[in-house]
Amino acid sequence: MSEAPLIGPSETDASITATVSHLALRKHAGIGWFAGVVFTFSLVLLLFYGIAYLFIRGVGIWGVNIPVAWGFAITNFVWWIGIGHAGTLISAILLLLHQKWRNSINRFAEAMTIFAVMCAGMMPLLHLGRPWMFYYIFPYPDTMNMWPQFRSPLVWDFFAVSTYLTVSIIFWYIGMIPDLATLRDRAPKGISKYVYGVMAFGWRGDAEHWERYEKTYLVLAGLATPLVVSVHSVVSFDFAVAQLPGWHSTIFPPYFVAGAIFSGFAMVLTIAIPLRAVFGLQALVTERHLENCAKLMLTTGLIVDYGYLNEFFLAWYGNNLYEKFHEFATATGAYWFAFWIVILCNVGVTQLLWFKPMRIKPLPLFIISILVNVGMWTERFVIVVTSLSKDWLPSSWGMFFPTVWDWVIFIGSLGLFTFLYFVFLRLFPIVPMAETRKLVHGESE
Amino acid sequence: MSSMKRYDFDSIRERLRGTQGEELWRSLDELGDTEEFREWLMHEFPAGADVWLEGLSRRGFLKFAAASMALAGLTGCANQPFEPIVPYIDQPEGRPSGEPSWFATALPRRGFGTGVLVKSFEGRPVKIEGNPDHPASLGATDAIIQADLLGLYDPDRSQVVRKGTSIGTWDDFSREFVPVMERQRLAGGGGVRLLTQTVTSPTLRAQIESLLRIFPGARWHRYEPVNRDNVYAGTRLLFGRPLEPRYHFDRADVVVGLDSNFMTDDPGAVRYAREFSDRRRVDDPETSSMNRFYSIHSNLTVTGSMADHALPRKPSLIAVYARALAQHIAGVGGGIELARDDAHWIDVAARDLMAHRGRALIIAGEGQPPPVHALAHAMTAALGGIGSTVTYSRPVTDPESNVDSIRELAHDLDGGGVEVLVILGGNPVYDAPADLEFARRLAKVPMSVHWSLDEDETASKCRWHVPASHPLESWSDLRAWDGTTSIVQPLIAPLYDTRSAHELIGTITGSPMHGHDIIKGFWRTFGPVRALLPPSPKAGGAPLAPNPAAEGAFASWWRDTLARGVVAGSTEPDVAVTSDPAAIARLLGEPWPAIDESAIDVAFEPDPSILDGRYANNGWLQEVPKPITKLSWNNAALIGPDLAQRMNLANEQVLEIAFRGRTIEAPAWIVPGHADRAVTLHLGFGRKAPAQTAEGVGFDAYPIRFSDSMTFTSGADVRATERRRDLVSVQHHNTLAGRDHVRAATLDQYRREPDFVREPEKEPKHDETMYPPYVYPRYAWGMSIDLNSCIGCNACVMACVAENNVPIVGREQVERGREMHWLRIDRYWAGPLENPSTFHQPMLCMHCEDAPCEVVCPVGATVHSSEGLNEMIYNRCIGTRYCSNNCPYKVRRFNFLRYSTRGDEVMELMYNPDVTVRMRGVMEKCSYCVQRIERARIKADNAERPIADGEIVTACQQACPAQAIVFGNANDPQSKVKKLKDQKRDYGVLTELNTRPRTTYLAKLRNPNPELEKG
Repeated sequence: MSEAPLIGPSETDASITATVSHLALRKHAGIGWFAGVVFTFSLVLLLFYGIAYLFIRGVGIWGVNIPVAWGFAITNFVWWIGIGHAGTLISAILLLLHQKWRNSINRFAEAMTIFAVMCAGMMPLLHLGRPWMFYYIFPYPDTMNMWPQFRSPLVWDFFAVSTYLTVSIIFWYIGMIPDLATLRDRAPKGISKYVYGVMAFGWRGDAEHWERYEKTYLVLAGLATPLVVSVHSVVSFDFAVAQLPGWHSTIFPPYFVAGAIFSGFAMVLTIAIPLRAVFGLQALVTERHLENCAKLMLTTGLIVDYGYLNEFFLAWYGNNLYEKFHEFATATGAYWFAFWIVILCNVGVTQLLWFKPMRIKPLPLFIISILVNVGMWTERFVIVVTSLSKDWLPSSWGMFFPTVWDWVIFIGSLGLFTFLYFVFLRLFPIVPMAETRKLVHGESE
Repeated sequence: MSSMKRYDFDSIRERLRGTQGEELWRSLDELGDTEEFREWLMHEFPAGADVWLEGLSRRGFLKFAAASMALAGLTGCANQPFEPIVPYIDQPEGRPSGEPSWFATALPRRGFGTGVLVKSFEGRPVKIEGNPDHPASLGATDAIIQADLLGLYDPDRSQVVRKGTSIGTWDDFSREFVPVMERQRLAGGGGVRLLTQTVTSPTLRAQIESLLRIFPGARWHRYEPVNRDNVYAGTRLLFGRPLEPRYHFDRADVVVGLDSNFMTDDPGAVRYAREFSDRRRVDDPETSSMNRFYSIHSNLTVTGSMADHALPRKPSLIAVYARALAQHIAGVGGGIELARDDAHWIDVAARDLMAHRGRALIIAGEGQPPPVHALAHAMTAALGGIGSTVTYSRPVTDPESNVDSIRELAHDLDGGGVEVLVILGGNPVYDAPADLEFARRLAKVPMSVHWSLDEDETASKCRWHVPASHPLESWSDLRAWDGTTSIVQPLIAPLYDTRSAHELIGTITGSPMHGHDIIKGFWRTFGPVRALLPPSPKAGGAPLAPNPAAEGAFASWWRDTLARGVVAGSTEPDVAVTSDPAAIARLLGEPWPAIDESAIDVAFEPDPSILDGRYANNGWLQEVPKPITKLSWNNAALIGPDLAQRMNLANEQVLEIAFRGRTIEAPAWIVPGHADRAVTLHLGFGRKAPAQTAEGVGFDAYPIRFSDSMTFTSGADVRATERRRDLVSVQHHNTLAGRDHVRAATLDQYRREPDFVREPEKEPKHDETMYPPYVYPRYAWGMSIDLNSCIGCNACVMACVAENNVPIVGREQVERGREMHWLRIDRYWAGPLENPSTFHQPMLCMHCEDAPCEVVCPVGATVHSSEGLNEMIYNRCIGTRYCSNNCPYKVRRFNFLRYSTRGDEVMELMYNPDVTVRMRGVMEKCSYCVQRIERARIKADNAERPIADGEIVTACQQACPAQAIVFGNANDPQSKVKKLKDQKRDYGVLTELNTRPRTTYLAKLRNPNPELEKG
C-alpha cells in the first residue's frame, strides 16, 4: 500500500497509552479547556433558560405558525441526528469492513454520535405543543388500551431514535471498557481511581475477557450497522410519507442517509482537526484519516447533489403543477437565499475535495467541513420551511420568521453538544488505546 | 424595510388581457408577475422577523377587567327583582338541566331591530341566532349580530359610574343630577338637551316625549354617524314625504345598484341578501333562471362583488351615470357625455331594465345624495317597480336629518344656554362632523351625562359617565326597518350595576322604575295597536288613555309576543305612492352639481366589521378578516389600481389626506375593482380610549368628515409619503399558478356544457388506498357550499367563533399567521385588474374520507368517526402539528400560546358548554358542529326515530344570510345535501389527492349580459 501511514512511525504501545491516558488523568487541563467549558456551559444555561420559557409560554414563542407548523426544532432535529451517523458508520460499518484506519478516531466519533443524538432527541420533545404528554407516543400499557397510531412516521421515528441512542451508548461504552481499565490502573489513588474502577466493570485484560469482548463488540457492530441506514431513512419518512410538494418523494430515504453521513463526516472533521492540533494527536489522527474522511464526504456529497438534481428533474419530468411550482418557489421564492446557501455549500464547496491538498491540509479542510455543516443545516431548513410555506391553496400560504427564541434553542443545543464534548475530552480516553495499539502491530505485519 | 412595492400595472394589464376569466388570481402581488416584481416579492424578507414576543395585550385587559369586576361587584350586589321572561315557543316541558333554552328577542343594528333567538344555558346567553319569524332576519344574521354576544361579556365594557376619573355610584350620580334637573324643571327646562342615536323603540320614544312635556323647553337631538338621511331626503324629494323603501329582490329580475351595498349596509340587509341569493340558485341548468345585477360603485363591497357587471366609478360620478341611465329610461336626450364603453354599458343596462318591466329595480346607496335616490325611485317607478320590486312605508325612526340635528345642538352649545346635556348612547366627541368641534363645545356644558356601553372618547369629556346595560340584559323594544316590532327581553341580569336607557330616562324624569315595569307598563297602557301609532312629530300631545283591555288578555298577549319575538301585526302597512312619468324629466331638469372628473374623491364608509366604530372594542369583529381586503385589526385607505399606478403607490404606503386644513394619515391598500380617482376610508378606527381592545387600531377618518360631506367629498388633497405602516392581512400571497380551487362559468356556459366542473381524469379511483374502505350504514355527514350564493359577508365565520369558543389571538398573532378561525373565506379575483370578478370560497375542514391528517398523527388524536367525521380528540393531542402540515387545505388551527380566556370569570360565562375550551398546545379545527349532531341524535334516539334531514343545522349554515351552506346526511338520497351534491355543478377541492372531501362546492355561476360579455 502506498498510502500514508495510519499511525506515526515512532509510536509504540507505551507511547500511545501514555499520550491518551495522560489527557484524562492529568491534574490540570489548562486554561483553554477551562475557558471552553465556561463558555459552552453558559450556552447550556441559555438553552435551559430558553426551554424554561418555552415550557411556561408554549411553542408560540417561536416563529412557527399555520402553514409553517414545523420550524427550527425539526430542522435542528434532522440535522443533529444526521450528524450522529458518521460516528456509527465509523465505528460499526468500518469495523466490519476491516477499515483499520477507523481505530484511532472511532471513540470521539462515537461520542459525537451520542451527544448529537441527545441534542436531536431533545428537539421533538421541545417542539411538542404539550411536551408533558410526550409519553403518549410510547406504547405503554395504558388503562384505556390506547396505543400510539402506528401509521404515523413520528411513531417510527420515536422507535428509531430511541433505539439508535441506546445502541450507540452501549456500543460506545463496551468499546471503552478496556481503556477505562487502563485509566483505572494508571489513575492515582482517590476518587478517580474508584470511579474508573467501577466503570471498568472489573476488566482484568485476561484472554477470556478479550474473547468475550471481541465477540460482543462484533455483535454490537452488526446491530449498529443497519441503524446507519435505517434511522435517517425513518427520519426521512416524516417528510416522504406526507403528501406535501417538496416532501412527498421516494428518493428521500437514500438522500437523507447520504446527507446524514455527509454532514456527519463534516462534523467529525470539524472536531478532529482542532482536537489533534490542541492535544498533539497528529501521530494518532494522521493525514490519512483526514483524507479518508474527506473522500467519504465527497462521495456522500455527490449522492446528495444527485438528490437535488433528481428533485428538479422529476418536477420537470413529472409535469405536476404543484411539484413544478414548489421547485420554482424553492429556488426563487421568499427563501431563495437559503436554497442558494445549500447549493453553494453542498454542491459548490464539496467539489473542492476532488483536489488532494484540500483533502489533507487541515485548515482548508476545516473550513470546508464548517461550510458543509452550515449547508446541511440550511438544507434541512429548506426542506422543512420552504415546502410548508407554499403548498396547495394559495390562500393559506404564509411565511416563517424565526424569533430570538428559535435561535436560543438552536445555539443552546450547539452549546450543549460542545459542553458535553469538553467533559468527554477531559474525563474519557478520547482515542481507543487498545485498538490503536493494534495498529502499531498491524502496520508492521 | 424602506423599499416599497411598485407594481408594473401596464404589464399586469397586458397579461390579463390574454385571460378570459377562468384564470383566477388572488392579489396584486401575484399579478405583478414580472421579473423585477417577482424578484422584489421573493426577496422580500419583511421586517418583524425578530419579534420579541409581547404578552397578549388582551390578557392585560382581562386582568384589569377581572379587578374591575370585583370592584363593581361591591356595588352590584343588590337583589334583582322578580321579572319573568318567556322562552321561545318550543321549549320542552320539564326540561332537564344542561338543556339549553331559547329566547326570542331583538338586537339593534344602527338602531333598527333584528329579531334573534338566543340560546341560553342555565341563565347564560351563549349564542345568538336569527329568528325565522322576523322579517329582517328570516333565521339568519349578519356578522355583527353574531358578535354582539361578545359585546355583552366584553371585559372592555363600561362597568361603573364615573365622575371624571373617579369611580362613583348611581346614588352619587342621582344626588348631584336630580337637583339640577329639578331646578331645570322649575325653569321650564330650556337648558336641557337630549342627544340620542337612532331611536326605533316605541317605549323610549314615548318616554322621551313625556320627558319633553315635563321639560317643555328641552330639545331632543339625534345623531347617527352613518345614517339614512339621504334615503329619506331622496324619497321626500320624489314623493313629498320621507318614506322607508322596502326592496323585494325576490321579484327583481334585473337590478341596478348605484353605489349600493344593500347586502350588508341597509337595515334590511340580511333579508335582501337572502332574497337576492334565492334568485341565483340554479338547481337545473335547463329550467333555472338567475337575476342579473349591474352595479356602479366606488368601493368594491360584498354587494359589488356579486355583480354580473360592475362599473367602478368614483362616488361623485355615480350621479352622472344615474342620470344617463334615467335619460334612457325616460327616453329623453342628451347633455351627458360618457366614455364610449360606459355609454354602451349604460345603454345595455337600460335596455335590460326596460325589457323587464315590473321586475326591474334600481337601488341607490346610502352614501349617494338625495337626488340620486329620487332618480332611482323614479326610474323603478317608471319601470313599473312600485308595488312589485319596491314598496314604501312610514319610517320607523324620525326621518329628520341627523346632521342638521347635531348641528343645531352644536349651535346651542355654543350659545351657552345649555345647562344639561344627556347623551343617550353614541360617541359624538369621536364621530360628530369635524367642523362642529363637538369636544370643544361639549366642555361648555356644566352638567353633561354620557350613557354608553363603552367608556369612550365622549365618556372622558363628560362630567358623568354612566354605564349602559347591554340589550341582552335589559328590557326594551325595537322596530325593524319595515316596522315589525319586537320586545327585547333580557337573557341575564345585568353583569354590572348598569341601567337601560329606559331606566335612565326614568331617573331623569324623577320616576325611577325597573326596565321590565317600564316596558310592560307601556305596552299594557297603550296596547299592541296604539303603541305603534305614528311617532308624533315633536314633543307634546296628550298621553293616551289606558288600554281598557282585560288584564288576562294582555298577559296572554304579552306571553305570546315574547315567545314569538315579534309583535303580531306590527309591520308598517305599505304606503301607496305614485311617481308621475314626468318625474324623471323633472329631476333631470334640476340643477346637478358639476363634477370635477380629475379630482380625487374621498369616501367615508362604515367599516364592514365595526360599522361607525361602535363595535371597535369587539375583538371578534376586529379580528375577522374584512370581506374584500382580508385585512384584520386595521383599516386602510382603499384605492384602485389606476390611482396606485398614477401616483406610484404601494400597499402600506402612508397617504396624507388633507381636507379644509385638516390632515389624516392612512396606509394605502390597493383593491382591484375599486374605482379610479377615489379613496375609500372606513370609519370607526384610531380610537384613543386607553387600555381597550380598540386602542390604537387603525387610523381615524372622522377628522376630515364634515357636516356637508358626510359620505364623500371631492375637495380633498391626497398626497403620498415615503413612510410605511404595516397592515395585517390574512391573505397576501402570490401566485395561484393556474390552480382550479374555485370553478366558475356563466349561466350560458353551464347550459351548453353542464359537466364543466368535472375533471374525471384528475380524480383517482376510490380504491387506490392501502386501507379498507369505511362503511356507513346510517349517517354519512356532508356539506355542500354554493359558491353562487355565498356573498362573503363573514356571518358564518362569526357564528362559528361564537358557537365553538374560538379564541381571539390579537393583532401580533394574526400577523404571525396564527388566527384561529375554523372557517375562513378565501377570496379570488378573475379578469381585468380595474374591474375583476370576485369569488368567495368558504374554506373549512373538508372531513376527508381518506384524511391525510389522520394517518400522520402519532397518538391518534385525530380520528375518523363511524359517520365520517374527522374528529379531534383534544385531550389526546400532544401538539406535533404534523396533521396541519399534511392537510392540503390548511384548515387546522393550533393553540401556539394560551389563547383561551379560561379563568376569566366573565368571559367564561360566554363559553358554549357543549364545546371543549382548548388549552395551549393542542390542534383544533372545524368539527361540523359535532355538538349539534349529538344533541339531535339524543333527541332522535329518545324518540326512537332516525335524525331527520334538516334537524342538524351547523352554526355557519344557520347564520348564512344567503343560505349557501347546507349540511346533512349524504347517505340519504332524499336529503337536501345529497341532492345538492348530485348537481352537476358539484365539485371537490383537491380531489386529485384522493382525499375525497365530505365538503364539496357548487361552482360559481355568473349571468352576464351577452351584449357586454360573450358567454
